[in-house]
Amino acid sequence: MKNVLGIINLHENEELLKDITRQRPLAAVPFGGRFRLIDFILSNMVNSGIHTVGIIVKQQYRSLMDHLRSGKEWDLARKRDGIFLLPPPDHIHYSNSIYKGDLEHFHNQIDFLHRCSQDYVLIAASHILYNFNFSGAYRAHLESRADITVLYKEEQPRPGKFFSLATQVSVDEAGWVTDMEVSPGKIAGGKIGLEAFIMSKELLLRIIGDCVARGEFDLTKEGIIKNIRRYKIRGFRFGGYMAKISSIPDYYRANMELLQRDVWQELFKAGPIYTKVKDEAPAKYGAQAAVSNSLVSNGCVIEGQVENSLLFRGVRVRKGARIRNSIVMQKGDIGVNAELENVICDKDVIITDGKRLAGDKNYVMVIAKGMIV
Amino acid sequence: MLTNTLAKPAVPFGGKYRLIDFSLSNCCNSGMDTVGVLTQYQPLELHSYIGIGSPWDLDRNTGGVFILPPFVQARGGEWYKGTANAIYQNAGFIDQYAPRYVLVLSGDHIYKMDYSLMLQFHKENKAGATIAVIEVSWKEAGRFGIVNTLENRIVEFEEKPRNPKNNLASMGVYIFDWPVLKTFLQRDEKDPESVHDFGKNVLPAMLRDGQKMAAYRFQGYWKDVGTIRSLWEANMDLLSDKPALDLHDPGWRIYSVNPASPPHFIAPGGKVKCSLLSSGCLIYGEVENSVLFAGVEIEPGAVVRNTVVMPGARIGAGAYVEKAIIGPKAILEENCQIGSVAARTGGETEISVVGALVTIAANTAVSAGTMVNQFLSPVG
Repeated sequence: MKNVLGIINLHENEELLKDITRQRPLAAVPFGGRFRLIDFILSNMVNSGIHTVGIIVKQQYRSLMDHLRSGKEWDLARKRDGIFLLPPPDHIHYSNSIYKGDLEHFHNQIDFLHRCSQDYVLIAASHILYNFNFSGAYRAHLESRADITVLYKEEQPRPGKFFSLATQVSVDEAGWVTDMEVSPGKIAGGKIGLEAFIMSKELLLRIIGDCVARGEFDLTKEGIIKNIRRYKIRGFRFGGYMAKISSIPDYYRANMELLQRDVWQELFKAGPIYTKVKDEAPAKYGAQAAVSNSLVSNGCVIEGQVENSLLFRGVRVRKGARIRNSIVMQKGDIGVNAELENVICDKDVIITDGKRLAGDKNYVMVIAKGMIV
Repeated sequence: MLTNTLAKPAVPFGGKYRLIDFSLSNCCNSGMDTVGVLTQYQPLELHSYIGIGSPWDLDRNTGGVFILPPFVQARGGEWYKGTANAIYQNAGFIDQYAPRYVLVLSGDHIYKMDYSLMLQFHKENKAGATIAVIEVSWKEAGRFGIVNTLENRIVEFEEKPRNPKNNLASMGVYIFDWPVLKTFLQRDEKDPESVHDFGKNVLPAMLRDGQKMAAYRFQGYWKDVGTIRSLWEANMDLLSDKPALDLHDPGWRIYSVNPASPPHFIAPGGKVKCSLLSSGCLIYGEVENSVLFAGVEIEPGAVVRNTVVMPGARIGAGAYVEKAIIGPKAILEENCQIGSVAARTGGETEISVVGALVTIAANTAVSAGTMVNQFLSPVG
């Protein structure tokens, strides 16, 4: 897939995730014990043989730059090609109404698109997690002679599971997309778009030009959906595991689903997921450690009880502490005899000795980064 | 700044490291930016592991890490004849940097040491050579090169003495004034009697010559892991409540090449106590007092005790492993038994070893102290 430019579009709706995106973009939200959301799509692109990746970064991207640095961990620190961070134009401020849409940002970086030597682009989002080699979808795109290929996943409705802010795709029997809509609320299932599109660079440039000229600035809604009759749009069904992180319950559930062996295998084993290396020591279990059904990262020191939980790198669980159904991000320190249930602790949280904190299974408690409770 | 790696520095240790990570990380944490690694036997794995040295921040524009295997010159080439000869043959490399001091290390010792403090000591004492020493138990003193001192000054060397006068052992960490060392290496090279070893030849020769030699006392954990037993013991040392060698110390991190693998998973029913576990492990069975490297799988009902399991090994359902070292990617099929249950009752038993890539067929029993290096199936 050398001839494909990867574009990770970080214009993602963070409205329902404010508790964990206050200080970072959604792409930099920690996930699965040692990763950040962007690691998945970035690794997928690299594992597919893509050599050039442009990242359309939106705001508060310091933590993202700190994570990606030269792109070396993804083998993207190259003399030619490699990783390109594409920051927003100076005048865009997302907190006020000057922000119009992602196409304005694409338009601002049009020189980058022109300069890249690749003839095709794969545009994808960071908040949809899956492990996938795109080369099959790329081949199908070329063979079908479609203008655009849209990736989607068929999700059976399941009780208690919803998709927020999802793109729904309708596909006819021959595999052509007949309709698409971005649902403003929750949907139970159906054909959920992966927010990943393959098209020629030429077409992307045309869409950007046409839209901006007409005062339209939303790639999915105005660039693609409005043109559904004009362009030949093909659906590509993705059959593996997918998690869409658009709300705190989504985030919590996707982390917890990693405790299922098949999900763990599918999300981590098909292709390696690369991330920034921290050189933490192996996790250490003390004599009173009791850990069950949990994911534990390097650098943890565990002397208490952990059940149905995820511990990120460098977490300390002190004697007598009990953690159930919870997520503790990097460097969390859970004090002696403290108890957590249905809690998400953001990075660097300290729970002092003997404290008890509990959320509800359907409404988890989120403790902000750096808090001392 | 030379790491003398004529031994087994690529051996995995401590759940994610290789022995050489300790010397290289010490260099990196001590602020050293030029390191030569002298390699000789079976160098491929070590060379590819070190690469351009980026895990230890040694990929530099000037300096950095250099791998120095023996090479052939116009007038013929030869293997490194000994530790001192290895450095003699690379004098040209060292001269390129025209250093005042040269630090000589081993690549197979486990310790955390700030070499910059030792260098400061060397300068303050205006010594021609400084040797790092550590107090060992009197019982063990006979196994080491013993350094007899007057104050800080070295007065005598004894290689593995039967009746040691002292319990200060040389750690194999030396700082030399490079011009002084160079002279003595040249002299040593011409001596037909010499085996070209630092401990046996060069250091005693310097002492005889009246060079000022200082002993730098190191306080802390240090272990030479030359044998199976010491390798196993050093791994077990990490499991105590407050280990003498703290791998979790953020102020002195040990760097290594990190695999891209997810956090390890402890299944419902899995049990882990007093152990070190690395990324990518899947634990369905029971693990106690053990060190597990990346990607190890412990299947349901398996019990692993007092054991070191190297990367990618699989312990089959119902297997029992006691006091062993299981090599990388070894497979123990269902209901194998390695080592003896008797070891649990406190009796000293030998350590069993299963080699890399070895498969032990289902229901095979391997008695304590056995080394298995090929496929093994139950008798009969």
